Amino acid sequence: MTTPRNPLPPPAPRDPLARPQLHPVAPGARSRAMQAMAARAAQGRFVLQACTVCGTATYPPRDACPRCWGTLAWHDQPTGGRVLANTVIRVSTDPYFRDRLPWHMGSIQLDAGPVVLAHLARGLEPGARVTMRLMLDRGGNAALFALPSDAAHPPQPEQGATIMSADPQGRTFVVPVAGATVLVSDARQPVGRALVGALAAAGARLVVAGLPGPAPMRDAHDPVLGLPGVQPLPLDVTDPVSVAETISRIGGPLDIVINTARHVRAGGVSHDGNLLGHHRALEVSAMGLARLAQATAPILAGRPSGAFLDVLSVKALAGDAGHAGFAAAEAARLSLLQSFRHEMRSTGVRVLEVFTGPTDDADHQALPPPKVAPARLAAAVLDALAQGREQTCVGEVAREAMRRWLDDPALFARETQP
Amino acid sequence: MTSLLTDLVAQLASGAIRVVDLANTLSSDFPVIVLPSEFGQCEPFRMETVSRYDADGPAWYWNRITMNEHTGTHFDAPAHWITGRDVPHGTVDAVAPRDFVYPAVVIDISAEAAADADFVVTRAFLEDWEARHGAIPPRHWILLRSDWSKRVGTLAYLNLQDDGAHSPGPDADAMRFLVHARDCVGLGVETVGTDAGQASHFAEPLPAHSILHGNGRFGLQCLTNLDQLPTFGSVIVAAPLKIKGGSGSPLRVIALMPEA
Repeated sequence: MTTPRNPLPPPAPRDPLARPQLHPVAPGARSRAMQAMAARAAQGRFVLQACTVCGTATYPPRDACPRCWGTLAWHDQPTGGRVLANTVIRVSTDPYFRDRLPWHMGSIQLDAGPVVLAHLARGLEPGARVTMRLMLDRGGNAALFALPSDAAHPPQPEQGATIMSADPQGRTFVVPVAGATVLVSDARQPVGRALVGALAAAGARLVVAGLPGPAPMRDAHDPVLGLPGVQPLPLDVTDPVSVAETISRIGGPLDIVINTARHVRAGGVSHDGNLLGHHRALEVSAMGLARLAQATAPILAGRPSGAFLDVLSVKALAGDAGHAGFAAAEAARLSLLQSFRHEMRSTGVRVLEVFTGPTDDADHQALPPPKVAPARLAAAVLDALAQGREQTCVGEVAREAMRRWLDDPALFARETQP
Repeated sequence: MTSLLTDLVAQLASGAIRVVDLANTLSSDFPVIVLPSEFGQCEPFRMETVSRYDADGPAWYWNRITMNEHTGTHFDAPAHWITGRDVPHGTVDAVAPRDFVYPAVVIDISAEAAADADFVVTRAFLEDWEARHGAIPPRHWILLRSDWSKRVGTLAYLNLQDDGAHSPGPDADAMRFLVHARDCVGLGVETVGTDAGQASHFAEPLPAHSILHGNGRFGLQCLTNLDQLPTFGSVIVAAPLKIKGGSGSPLRVIALMPEA
């Protein structure tokens, strides 16, 4: 066990006789431009609009340049800034903020140009250098968050995450793992196994390791499944009975669901296509996600930091003649995940996605490197939770695919063939 | 004839003839046979509710079920195996109704199987068994009582080790003896397959499937309660679903036996 990432103790168990506490979400999006900013924040980018005519960077998001009425475009910006003034909000009529007072805000002179109103980490005073993060709040809106910074040594993402989860205000933007109960839907595959170990090391209270059948005798003395704080349970996302039974056997409320289940098989649509294999891929990836989401959403919605994280293949972005069934299943999975995210907005449950390219496991033996090591994927999942980042791409293949897809989806679909 | 059936019904009613359920419950967690991963796999039983006195059906309850033909307690028709592909009436829909009812002989291998999960039933074992119990009569189901059904619900039922499944079964000579010398109707077992767990490594691989079905005989798998049956004197009723061109079928198997 390494030191848990999150130094804050988990919340005390609630009085079972008290009415459950509702979890209102932050106020909703204000404009289309703000939605566009949120879409980029979801990718972990720090962006501001800049004028295509005069180059002025601007905030808050708007539809035209406030200086020259020129057209605005989104650009990654330097993340540095300086606190001009700070304040503490002690009274609010908004139910979300009222539950979380006092709330620290301040004005920041960004290195990128504009002066912005931002959430402040505790202890920031006027004159302090800060590093800005563009976060998503629990309502899914983009929000600027200022972290303390030494100008010469800006915090690494890892440090930033530690600061965020240690700060009562920052904590609302991320998904704390320390003290949480986490379900990993398929802990039999290498990725799920690595994740179980990583979650236990990160201080999760309980890691429920789902084990799809068939169950070999070695399950009984598996070192990962025997780790303290790990509860192995049979779980097959293709079986509604199994999903219901497994969830009923988890001791205590469930905070985080991580869906690692998938069925990777090669094969095309007409040529070399095994329809039963395609069907199985859809059952696991798409229907499995739906079963897991249906069964866990009400539980997650009752938790202060509920989250559903799905690990999916970047093949979801376009068809692939070499893995037609798998690509179709992952595309269906992505679609269901996006619908599920919209459903969950009003509950404050974060729905996160981690895209990966081929992983270094038996499913992808035929493929040449680069491949994502299971341990690296597990670390990326923990980082996505720690940063509260909605969309993460792990490894060169996934990052490059996402970049090309964002750039030109039609061209990407033509080029993406084995 | 009427009096015979009337007598049967009367004896069933009085309890003089007992009906024993030889089927395991069809549930999503009942293990299915696991083939090497390069082959297509046996789908386990799945059930999703269509309605249960709710908005989708206010007064009725029903489910959608999916499974392989060889899931749960099931019947193997001759066409299940390549050796039986040309056997007339070799698919479940074509099996004659007359073949649904036959007497059974129960051969107890539970002690041997408990001592050795890979216990192989040989011709010598069967001949020795006959010397102790009497000859196996023709046109009988041969039921191997291994007590494997008592492992259902534990990892030890499939007994999947790193080198594959380990469970008892017959070798080729034993199967030829049962089929040709004893004219058996078929072989019924408590394990997930009529063949031993390691039978794909036998000198003649998968002899039960190969020899039974090549000679138009049947298989019954995942049976239970064989320990309640007498060695001789029970009658098996095993009627598979009438699936067009089907290779097998889940089914309810019952045994009729005189109450001692």
